[in-house]
Amino acid sequence: MSTRNRPLSPHLDIYRLPLLAIMSISHRITGVGLVIGLFALAWWLCAAASGPESFAAAQAVFGSFLGKLFLLGWTVALFFHLSHGVRHLLWDSGWGFELSQAYLSAKIALGATAVLTVLAIAIYLVA
Amino acid sequence: MVEFSLPANSRVQTGKSHKAAAGAKNVKTFKIYRYDPDSGSNPRLDSYEIDLDKCGPMVLDALLKIKNEIDSTLTFRRSCREGICGSCAMNIDGSNTLACLKPIEDIKGDAKIYPLPHMPVVKDLVPDLTIPYAQLASVKPWMQTQTPPPPDGERLQSPEEREKLDGMWECILCFCCQTSCPSYWWNGDRYLGPAVLLQAARWIHDSRDEMTGERLDALEDPFKLYRCHTIMNCTKTCPKGLNPAKAIGSIKTKLLQRGV
Repeated sequence: MSTRNRPLSPHLDIYRLPLLAIMSISHRITGVGLVIGLFALAWWLCAAASGPESFAAAQAVFGSFLGKLFLLGWTVALFFHLSHGVRHLLWDSGWGFELSQAYLSAKIALGATAVLTVLAIAIYLVA
Repeated sequence: MVEFSLPANSRVQTGKSHKAAAGAKNVKTFKIYRYDPDSGSNPRLDSYEIDLDKCGPMVLDALLKIKNEIDSTLTFRRSCREGICGSCAMNIDGSNTLACLKPIEDIKGDAKIYPLPHMPVVKDLVPDLTIPYAQLASVKPWMQTQTPPPPDGERLQSPEEREKLDGMWECILCFCCQTSCPSYWWNGDRYLGPAVLLQAARWIHDSRDEMTGERLDALEDPFKLYRCHTIMNCTKTCPKGLNPAKAIGSIKTKLLQRGV
């Protein structure tokens, strides 16, 4: 019997991830998304500094449907990462480790993400 | 290291199907991970139809029925059948639990049973737990003292001091939590994992232990402790209702308090 070639038991494919785990991985993913958005922001600022033609081109990209969709995603990512970051602050201060508290804070963070995103869109539409 | 897909020798293939006896009315299908180390082939998922009218209520009852009546080669660990030995820990219906405490009726649809996730498999539902046991030994899960004990009796502890250990001493080391943790999946060679850190916390918070500082020193490391990102799969899955995530948080708090 070989002990070296033992198979690895299935993990991610078969595990039913609870909401709390999905919140956690979303925090990672939105964090990466925020950095990607920062590159876009830097490009937009560079375009603005290089002159009216390049700025107009950048504005056209962000004003297009895909550009707006990207900005919406970036907004959601920002507010989710912010709200979930508050959960991490609470944990670091020693609060929120009971399952009931963790589910409550997860739902509040999701609600806050939705409210803040809608608010941001409303401000954009009014301004 | 994060690796989402299984290595080539670990991919699960479709296995054999065992039909229920004719006339069975209350049939449930159990899909069970099988791996035979002597065959040289990949693991497979066998399915067994069980007549629930002739089977006990728990998943362990179904496994025993399969082993006794259908396929005696099915291999799994079990002993106490009442949730105190921790032997029959496995992944049932997508989360880790003890087969003896999991009612069959709680499972909707086919019951899928795998060994504890992301572990080397010895045979069928038996994982190799050498690494978690070594990690447990590394946190020295026993009382360490420097002063001699009182000459006339035991080292005493107030009821309040003893109460701090509630929720930690009850751990039966089934490693359901350990193997539910994605952080442990990706960094199991260096991250100690929830079950082991719960035991570390159990001794850090013990008023009689005199090596608290050394215990904290040993954990102050980017991997051993701080790979915990409060995913909380551990607490969610613990069949004994314990809270490893909270215990790990309490170690982090202790380290912080010591630092300021």
